[in-house]
Amino acid sequence: MTMRTTVAVLSALFLLVACEDTDAGVIHSEKSLYRNILVTEDGDLRCMTFRRGQGQNRQTCMNINDPDHLVFPYTRMMLGVLAMKPDPQSILIVGLGGGTLPMALRDILPDARIDVVEIDPAVVKVAKEFFAYEEDPKLQTATGDGRVFVKKALLENTKYELIMLDAFEDEYIPEHLLTLEFLQEVKSLLEPGGVLAANTFSSSGLYPHESATYEAAFGSFYNLKSTNRVIWAQEGPLMDRDVIVSNATDLAPHLKERDVDVDWLMNLVSPKKDWPDDTRVLTDQYAPSNILNER
Amino acid sequence: MKTAAVLAVACWSGFMVMGLEILSGRILAPTFGSSIYVWGAVITIFMLALSVGYLVGGRMSLAQPKIRTLCLMHFLSGALLLPIIVFADPVLDGVFAYTQDPRAGALISCTILFFAPAAVCGAISPYAVRLLVSEANAAGFYAGLLFFFSTAFSAAGTLLTSFYFVLILEVNQIVVLLMAMAMLMAISAFALSRRGQ
Repeated sequence: MTMRTTVAVLSALFLLVACEDTDAGVIHSEKSLYRNILVTEDGDLRCMTFRRGQGQNRQTCMNINDPDHLVFPYTRMMLGVLAMKPDPQSILIVGLGGGTLPMALRDILPDARIDVVEIDPAVVKVAKEFFAYEEDPKLQTATGDGRVFVKKALLENTKYELIMLDAFEDEYIPEHLLTLEFLQEVKSLLEPGGVLAANTFSSSGLYPHESATYEAAFGSFYNLKSTNRVIWAQEGPLMDRDVIVSNATDLAPHLKERDVDVDWLMNLVSPKKDWPDDTRVLTDQYAPSNILNER
Repeated sequence: MKTAAVLAVACWSGFMVMGLEILSGRILAPTFGSSIYVWGAVITIFMLALSVGYLVGGRMSLAQPKIRTLCLMHFLSGALLLPIIVFADPVLDGVFAYTQDPRAGALISCTILFFAPAAVCGAISPYAVRLLVSEANAAGFYAGLLFFFSTAFSAAGTLLTSFYFVLILEVNQIVVLLMAMAMLMAISAFALSRRGQ
């Protein structure tokens, strides 16, 4: 190595260290098998992120003075699926994050059995320590891959009335959780008339493929588009929009407590198909989701 | 001619083994997920298979090394991909019924499906070195040349498979492509080496 490169490398290292020191707002950093997890705090807002840098890729956030408040529209859209299934007694959530969804569901449905599966044990630890995530005898967290959990549940013949898929990040999609075969497995875990809510992407080259894949597994579904995209699908024939609106009105007090405005929510619920008919479906054999998502 | 034939086999063998490694993750994911354990198991089994292959290939090179044998080995490494296409699903289902632990499950199924072809790819390298080397003082030169080509093609196999092939082809179609190319390469290398004689 020449003198000049040595100096360049050393100054780069120094800058890196200096940046770490000045990274404001980080109150905790947790080592993980996958990537380091940071907990940041800015005013009332406490967030879990997988990457440094302000604002980008906030995995989950909580208002520390008002933990019931749902910070992101997508969590409101996910919780809103209760309008399709107002009183589910068995719920599966794939992907924990800060535990916002299971905690909100536990609050609204004190007797429901809630199973959560999260791939990263460090996320579970951080959720418990910093985001008020709390297990109870009927709310348990399994650590592992969502697909393996689903396959195991199929073997054991477990069924759910509501399944929520929330395992995607902006920059990485677990490709085996977005294939026709996976969605068919999820569908067979649902009780008759059971409901699925999936938090996915609203734009990018993946959109039509994702849509075609959900359509291939479930037939038509409700599509909610805001900053994120949330899909509501159902085992069996899809419920009428009128029934959903009427259910949502009944649920309004619960939803309002969490800043979910029923009119806002119902305006988002659309069964409209907005992707080409001949879009290639994603399967276990063909799942280049991350490459498609870059387009 | 002989040198070109030997290097061609080493190149495709390098390409195939890494293309296969990338695909193995995709083949295991629907059953055992894509957690760090599964990738760890995949890399472990491929490294073990290659190391056993190196040992066996080196040993084989002691007794009358022939280019025909090298071509046969390459043909075999390709043919060993066929069971992956035919048996991957029943093997994975069977292993999953036996254990749902992604670590054990991935190690076992990866061994059953990928150990043999990867080991034969490993055996090709030392055997090919022996075919190239005519005198002891050039041994290092030829070993370096061979590792350069086979590893550079490994890099190409990794990149093309993970960035491009998966975007146009199904997993099994890519396995067929790797297999067919290996068989074709083995036959052409054999023909090429005979023409040079």
